[in-house]
Amino acid sequence: MKRRLPAWWLLTIPGLLAGCVSRNNMSALDPQGPVGKSQLNLIYLSTGIMTFVVIVVAAIYIYVVLRYRERPGDEKKGIPEQVAGSKKLEILWTAIPVLLLIILAVPTISTTFTLDKKPDPEESIRVNVIGYQYWWGFEYPDHKVSTSNEVHIPVGKKVDFVMKSHDVIHAFWVPSLGGKQDLNPGRQDRIVLQADKPGVYEGKCAELCGASHALMNFRVIAHKPDDFDRWIASQRKPDSTPKTVQAREGRRLFNQNCIGCHAVRGGGFKVEGRTGPELTAFSERTRIAGILPNNEKNLKDWLRNPQGFKPGNRMPAFDHLTEKQLDALSVYLESLK
Amino acid sequence: MATLIIILILVLFLGAILTGGYNKRFLERMQQSDLWSWITTVDHKRIGILYLISGGFFFAVAGLEALLIRIQLMVPNNAFIVGDTYNQLTTMHGTTMLFLVALPILFALMNFIVPLQIGARDVAFPFLNSLGYWLYVSGGLLLNLSWIFGGAPDAGWTNYATLALNDYSPGPGVNYYVLGLQISGIGTLISAINFITTIVNMRAPGMSYLRLPLFTWTTFVTSAIIMFAFPPLTAGLFMMMFDRIFGATFFSTAGGGNVTVWEHIFWIFGHPEVYLLILPAFGVFSEVIPTFSKKRLFGYHSMVFAVVLIGFLGFMVWLHHMFTVGLGPVANSIFAISTMAIAVPTGIKIFNWLFTMWGGRIRFTTAMLYAAGFIVTFVMGGVTGVMLATVPADLQFHDTYFVVAHFHYVIIGGTVMGMLAGFYYWWPKMFGRVLNEKLGKWSFWFFYLGIHLAFFPQHFLGLNGMPRRVFTFEANKGFETGNMVSTIGTFLMTIGVLILLYNVVWTLRKGKQADADPWDGRTLEWAVSSPPPVYNFAQTPRVRGLDAWWLEKVHGDGKLKPAEPLGLIHMPSPSHLPFIMAVGFFISGFGFVFHSWQVGALGLVVVFIMMYVRSFQEDHGYHLQPDELKGQGVDS
Repeated sequence: MKRRLPAWWLLTIPGLLAGCVSRNNMSALDPQGPVGKSQLNLIYLSTGIMTFVVIVVAAIYIYVVLRYRERPGDEKKGIPEQVAGSKKLEILWTAIPVLLLIILAVPTISTTFTLDKKPDPEESIRVNVIGYQYWWGFEYPDHKVSTSNEVHIPVGKKVDFVMKSHDVIHAFWVPSLGGKQDLNPGRQDRIVLQADKPGVYEGKCAELCGASHALMNFRVIAHKPDDFDRWIASQRKPDSTPKTVQAREGRRLFNQNCIGCHAVRGGGFKVEGRTGPELTAFSERTRIAGILPNNEKNLKDWLRNPQGFKPGNRMPAFDHLTEKQLDALSVYLESLK
Repeated sequence: MATLIIILILVLFLGAILTGGYNKRFLERMQQSDLWSWITTVDHKRIGILYLISGGFFFAVAGLEALLIRIQLMVPNNAFIVGDTYNQLTTMHGTTMLFLVALPILFALMNFIVPLQIGARDVAFPFLNSLGYWLYVSGGLLLNLSWIFGGAPDAGWTNYATLALNDYSPGPGVNYYVLGLQISGIGTLISAINFITTIVNMRAPGMSYLRLPLFTWTTFVTSAIIMFAFPPLTAGLFMMMFDRIFGATFFSTAGGGNVTVWEHIFWIFGHPEVYLLILPAFGVFSEVIPTFSKKRLFGYHSMVFAVVLIGFLGFMVWLHHMFTVGLGPVANSIFAISTMAIAVPTGIKIFNWLFTMWGGRIRFTTAMLYAAGFIVTFVMGGVTGVMLATVPADLQFHDTYFVVAHFHYVIIGGTVMGMLAGFYYWWPKMFGRVLNEKLGKWSFWFFYLGIHLAFFPQHFLGLNGMPRRVFTFEANKGFETGNMVSTIGTFLMTIGVLILLYNVVWTLRKGKQADADPWDGRTLEWAVSSPPPVYNFAQTPRVRGLDAWWLEKVHGDGKLKPAEPLGLIHMPSPSHLPFIMAVGFFISGFGFVFHSWQVGALGLVVVFIMMYVRSFQEDHGYHLQPDELKGQGVDS
């Protein structure tokens, strides 16, 4: 009881830790599109008001704690005055928070309604999103093109993501473009996002969806409009024909082992599996299964032991294939354009 | 079934051997043992202590789970605990902390303190009090046994369908969640009914509603919230149970069910749940701050009003957990406003506490340190709550570490610090010894620093794009420092808790004996000895105003005015029925977890037999002679 505990120095903690903010391509604090920007404005506004509140409370608090703590000899002074309350003060600290909340509520509501506007179909592009445990399917209904885990969009244009879930609730989240939207099984949900600059934006599943929820990543790749049109054109006529002997062997193995779940458009297969990610133009993907850099070594590792990389996913291990067969299969996959 | 019978027989054998062989006097010996007296007790003070012990046990379990989680997240791409096991850890950490730690430890304080504060001899239904406790224990044990038998639930503490249905969580894990929470939920409901009846009916003469101590008021409102919030949970859990065990399709989209309905039901319960956790903590601070500031509570009436208002508004905000479901801008806006509105009564409380301290003479005992530490920590958690109500911004915050930071700030900064303040404050009353202040302060500073280190960086992790409930994160995305600091904070908190444990052990052996009123308290519990006699008050006191005990000390002669002459005291008899009923529920729950109709039915039969026995049992209790009457020629 002799030494006083300095309560004020705790306030330095926030300052020390504020240095944790850093720049990456998946930060809500570094938005690359109008939706993310309007959301960031509200984040700043609410943070501003709330920091003010914390500072006011902390100031009174520090004053009270320092000024009114018991000092030796205080016992003789008798009992402090027993104050019942003060109407004026109580009205004051009811009214001021109400005012602050109104300042916050008005832009909140107006932005909520603005963000919910459906885009004009003429000025937007529609992308269907289907969530699976633990990967993403994307379809471009206007262009009859589909892909998985990496969605390409044009810059400067509203993208109308229309979503469905195949199994459990997932959530579609690209922090640098804007907030998230759940994919509810049995419902159709939508979110409208737009990218202002070409680039790669990381996306994640944000609703617990099972063992590999943490690894259900995807990428949004924004192109200039011309580049985007070229990408769509290449997707409509994918180059899926094997050119070497080894690749032809790979295609045969693919037909034996993979085609039940995975589709390769234009590959001349009789079936197009839809329970696993589509693999058309696989060589152009930046990552395997949304998590590994796309190269032949990683691809073979993945084929041998998918559960080791993404626990609980539905793909069985293909460790019964020989090294040569795995080589052929990966050469074939890496030849798909 | 066979296993159960074998276990039962083994237990009987062991009981017989350990108590000196099986013979005619076996039952008699058992009934005189200490263990038996604790199992059958209906004394609100002993039940309070039991709540404290079991809550403490589950706190250790859930705390360990938190440590494992933080060790996994200490460095990027860690492979310590991944996938499903990690999901089991987060699910069990959340479920255990909320259902088996926070509320029961608050129940411990309520049970012990509320009857004393209102000048009563016990709660209104001592039998139900015991039943509520044993149901909570059996539900909690059932839930935690999942670790050993078949795997823990892994669909998050929110247990969203369809992930929680058989198709996507095929093991028994979620069955444990459903049945464990169902059983302990019945216990919680029973206890809430008991508290409400007690506070309405058993107040001492003169203890009007507006003279109730704030802790009793918050207990009252909390119990009312439980009465309205737990039935939706019960209904939801039943539907989930039918979906999983009997093949119903309430939430299965394949069968025409609706997943969003579970989210609504869960949060209609779930949001009031967090308010019923924070209000008793508010109550504790409203006792601790005036006592150690030597001032009456500033704005008593508005404090009471704020508590009632928070309890009421708590039912109108559940949708803010579901802004990302896509229910439309109208619904989202309405719930944004109602959520923001709660900040107003909460703000009133904060300022009233500050102005209680203003002009007072603040003694920084450990309990007061927790109360003082609470104010700033809780405000930091509260303001992020308002930020989360800002719908467009919430679309970014939702399901990220920002939310994790927010609710740990309010639940640890509010509820847990409230629990700890109450713990240090009322420990002398409960156990007759004062906890060591030096150890208490060391423990506080470790714990307090730990909270801020662990959870402050998580705000930024969330904003930088780290979703919650992920078992790993990538390197070079700006997540390393925050996660490392956060883990270090968790270790500091652990050290704080370990010091607290040591303090408890040390105090029980060598602690300073407490007199009746070690803190110069203001409310009635400080008028009786520490620990109080089994009948609490030899004579029911007459209450003459707010802060009844303070009033008698300052304006009276320092003694409570009696409201009745000295006489024999009517006490409830102990009963073993609640314990056996809880065992019946446990067996039944265990049976249903494994789809065994027979075992499930058997357990329920045990429950019904006990209810039958109870219904036709004539039990008028017994009469006790208070110490004050002994030696005056009055026999019981």
